[in-house]
Amino acid sequence: MMNRWQLGKRLAPLMAMMMLVLAACGREDLSALNPQGPVAEEQFGLMKLAITIMSLVVIIVFALTFYVIIRYRRRKGDNKVPKQVEGNHKLEIIWTVIPIILLVILGVPTVQSVFNLSKDYSNDPDAVQVIVTSHQYWWEFEYPQYGIKTAQEMIIPAGKTISISTKSADVKHSFWIPALAGKIDSNAASNENKMYFSAPKTGVYLGKCAELCGPSHGLMDFKVKSVDSASFDRWVAAIQEPVALPSDPAVAAAFESKCLSCHAVGDKGGPAFPNLTGIGSRASVGGILVNTDDPEYSNEGSVYDNLYRWIKDPEAVKPGNLMSDAYDLTEQELQGISQYLSELTLEYE
Amino acid sequence: MSHTHTVKRYSGLMDWLTTVDHKKIGILYLLAGGFFFLVGGLEALLIRVQLWKPLNDFVGADTYNELITMHGTTMIFLAAMPLLFALMNAVIPLQIGARDVAFPFLNSLGFWTFFFGGVLLNISWFTGGAPDAGWTSYVPLAGTTYSANHGVDYYVLGLQIAGIGTLIGGINFLATIINMRAPGMTFMRMPMFTWAIFITSALILFAFPALTVGLVALMFDRIFSANFFNPSGGGNMVLWEHIFWIFGHPEVYILILPAFGIISEVISTFSRKRLFGYSSMVFATMLIGFLGFMVWAHHMFTTGLGPIANALFSIATMLIAVPTGIKIFNWIFTMWGGSIKFTSANLFAVGFIPTFVMGGVTGVMLAAAPADFQYHDSYFVVAHFHYVIVGGLVFGIFAGLHYWWPKMFGRILNETLGKWTFWTFFIGFHMTFFVQHFLGLMGMPRRIWTYLDGLGFNEMNLISTIGAVLMGVGTILFLLNAISASFKPKNAGNDPWEDGRTLEWTIPSPAPEYNFKQTPLVRGYDAFWKEKMDGHKGMTPAEPIGPIHMPSPSILPFFMSIGLFIAGFGFMYARNWGHIGPLNTGYTVAVIGLLITLGCMALRSIKDDHGFHIEVHELDDKGGKA
Repeated sequence: MMNRWQLGKRLAPLMAMMMLVLAACGREDLSALNPQGPVAEEQFGLMKLAITIMSLVVIIVFALTFYVIIRYRRRKGDNKVPKQVEGNHKLEIIWTVIPIILLVILGVPTVQSVFNLSKDYSNDPDAVQVIVTSHQYWWEFEYPQYGIKTAQEMIIPAGKTISISTKSADVKHSFWIPALAGKIDSNAASNENKMYFSAPKTGVYLGKCAELCGPSHGLMDFKVKSVDSASFDRWVAAIQEPVALPSDPAVAAAFESKCLSCHAVGDKGGPAFPNLTGIGSRASVGGILVNTDDPEYSNEGSVYDNLYRWIKDPEAVKPGNLMSDAYDLTEQELQGISQYLSELTLEYE
Repeated sequence: MSHTHTVKRYSGLMDWLTTVDHKKIGILYLLAGGFFFLVGGLEALLIRVQLWKPLNDFVGADTYNELITMHGTTMIFLAAMPLLFALMNAVIPLQIGARDVAFPFLNSLGFWTFFFGGVLLNISWFTGGAPDAGWTSYVPLAGTTYSANHGVDYYVLGLQIAGIGTLIGGINFLATIINMRAPGMTFMRMPMFTWAIFITSALILFAFPALTVGLVALMFDRIFSANFFNPSGGGNMVLWEHIFWIFGHPEVYILILPAFGIISEVISTFSRKRLFGYSSMVFATMLIGFLGFMVWAHHMFTTGLGPIANALFSIATMLIAVPTGIKIFNWIFTMWGGSIKFTSANLFAVGFIPTFVMGGVTGVMLAAAPADFQYHDSYFVVAHFHYVIVGGLVFGIFAGLHYWWPKMFGRILNETLGKWTFWTFFIGFHMTFFVQHFLGLMGMPRRIWTYLDGLGFNEMNLISTIGAVLMGVGTILFLLNAISASFKPKNAGNDPWEDGRTLEWTIPSPAPEYNFKQTPLVRGYDAFWKEKMDGHKGMTPAEPIGPIHMPSPSILPFFMSIGLFIAGFGFMYARNWGHIGPLNTGYTVAVIGLLITLGCMALRSIKDDHGFHIEVHELDDKGGKA
């Protein structure tokens, strides 16, 4: 058997390597291993504790296994019958009690964290309340304290606790922003769920749907954008400003009849589908077509190009979504509406 | 005793359709389970090809969801469980010194219902869409509103029929192990594989009815417009999750406990040592089985059950690590001081130990609910369960197949091919699934048809796909091995490994139709080894030679299963097939199917079947034939 200093000598560099591997693994706007907020940090801390304990177990089992299969392999011509050992009471106790102790070391912080992370901030006056409603295949964000409804991008003030209450309008989805917090399922009807998180650092964090919800489950991305509190206040004001319809009457007519029956801009239009106010400022169109002036990947393009592509054929972008085949647009109307929407920006930063 | 009635004996195809012999049924399970393993493996390869690069469109999003659903469902219900039943059938009666299972007719029924349930489920590929709501089939997605085509109906009815087979098997093996052990074989002298199957059968008995209940409720919601899971009708969608996982968690212990049993046998035999800590192993297995029913909601940590539930289920789940760890250390210490021979069977058994431990420790990580809020529904979970199911169960099955192949078929599988199978499959496996731990932690959810470029997922997905191809190569090598072995002569001998410790190695390979010419007398644990160490060539018989009573073959189980198969179609298509006169066509077909099944059951109950006898002079003729 290895003595203690040998074990330590082998253990320490492995621990160091593992911490290094885990420490900054992945994008800081997406990875659970690169937490950017206190909730994700608490969860990562628990992960590190668990990995350390479990690595110890794995190392011991691997070391014993390798030792045994090398030391006791049958040599050529060896036909001896080894001594038949029934068992060893002391060993049984050791490898029962030590695992129990390890589990207590893991279990106590686990239970503490379970209760810590279940705190309900829905009545906290300092918290920003956001009602998250999940749909096939988009995310609706309502801010009841401000009377705001938006979609796909949740703007939040940096450092403030965000109290989320989530439910689904159709099938089960799951609300997950890995860099900021673990996920919570959004269930249909009365099984509403609550969670909280905060984002002390400003930036855009990637959100993912994490429950199989249909063909476009993997394309149901959303964003959480943390801005300083002055910018947040400006956003709250800007999004509630009245919004003009397209200047061209033909485009405006098409927009009103074919789009506003489902969508809303400003105070016009329907509530059941993504709110388009400020869509020109969002990070993506349809959650998945990323807006950038320097497109690198096939899902990236300028705001105008992304809008055009999406409105022209939503089914090609997100199979199974409810906008497919819902309307007919001429090329003129399509270009006009895409142009109009790309100019619907909000100045707040 | 003289018998004037003619003895019904079939040959060829009819022999296999009517057999109630556990050895033949074991081979049927092996063939069908092996076939479905290939189907599930093909589905896996298609999934991995779709994921090898970002924004790929090798398959459409709809098809992808069908592939992941069918891969999981097929592998768990139609491949893993039947392959385990193959080994259970082939080995248990031999290990306890019995001539067959307690209920041979039911044994056959169990096979045919599984087979037709599996066929029904896979026909969905050809009739407008396979189920696509995941193997867990969560509602509301699996309800008629969001899954309007018949895919989920095939899932519900296919699994319902196949599940009957499993429940039957569980009951059968419980009765067999309790009642039919050879004289002298007390419970604490049973081989560890027998103990594992005994406890697994108890788990099946209690877990499968939960699945039955869930599937009935989902069937009624979908086909008869019930509202069990429909909130607007007073139902609750989270209820499905509870019912499914109360079955689903014990199900994974049903999958792994037999593998644990196999590992105990193989490691012990090829180390030339008795199992270290036998009574601890028995106790630990019982504890795992019991605790397996206490942890189902760890699949639901993010569902919103509240902190008290999450905390309790976290602790309960972590506790299972203790008896599992006890088993791992006992296997290691079985090898300690032994004389270890690395046959293909033993390579798989020894490869199991570090691999399963890796899967087990990620399980403990998942047990911590707050951390699970990050891991859940990400590739971390996919990595975990493949480590324990493939690295645990499938390695165990490969070990068991290599080990018991000579007893089943009279030929040893080629050792060189076996070693190649092991290394390609083992390396391919770790390549495929180790990187998935990191993918999940870096933000890749599971069950996604594709992923965006630039997120850091590309290289690891490529490695994972290459590993999957390597696993495919390993599987093909095993197939080639099995096929080429079938051309060799059946000359394996009673104890081909020369170190057999248990009763199955005291009789010819393959076992004769009646198993034991004379029921053996068991004088201790590792009954055969004990006789060997005392200088005897074989077992002391516990009875004189005499005519052996055998159960009659029957075609009824085959037709009963066909009846259920037909009924499944009828129920499913009742809403599409219109009417013949005043009768709904679908329900009429369903009733006809059920009448076939009930008619067969009535025939079975009314006809008196006394079986037949193999006479003493025939006993030696039957030796050596499958």
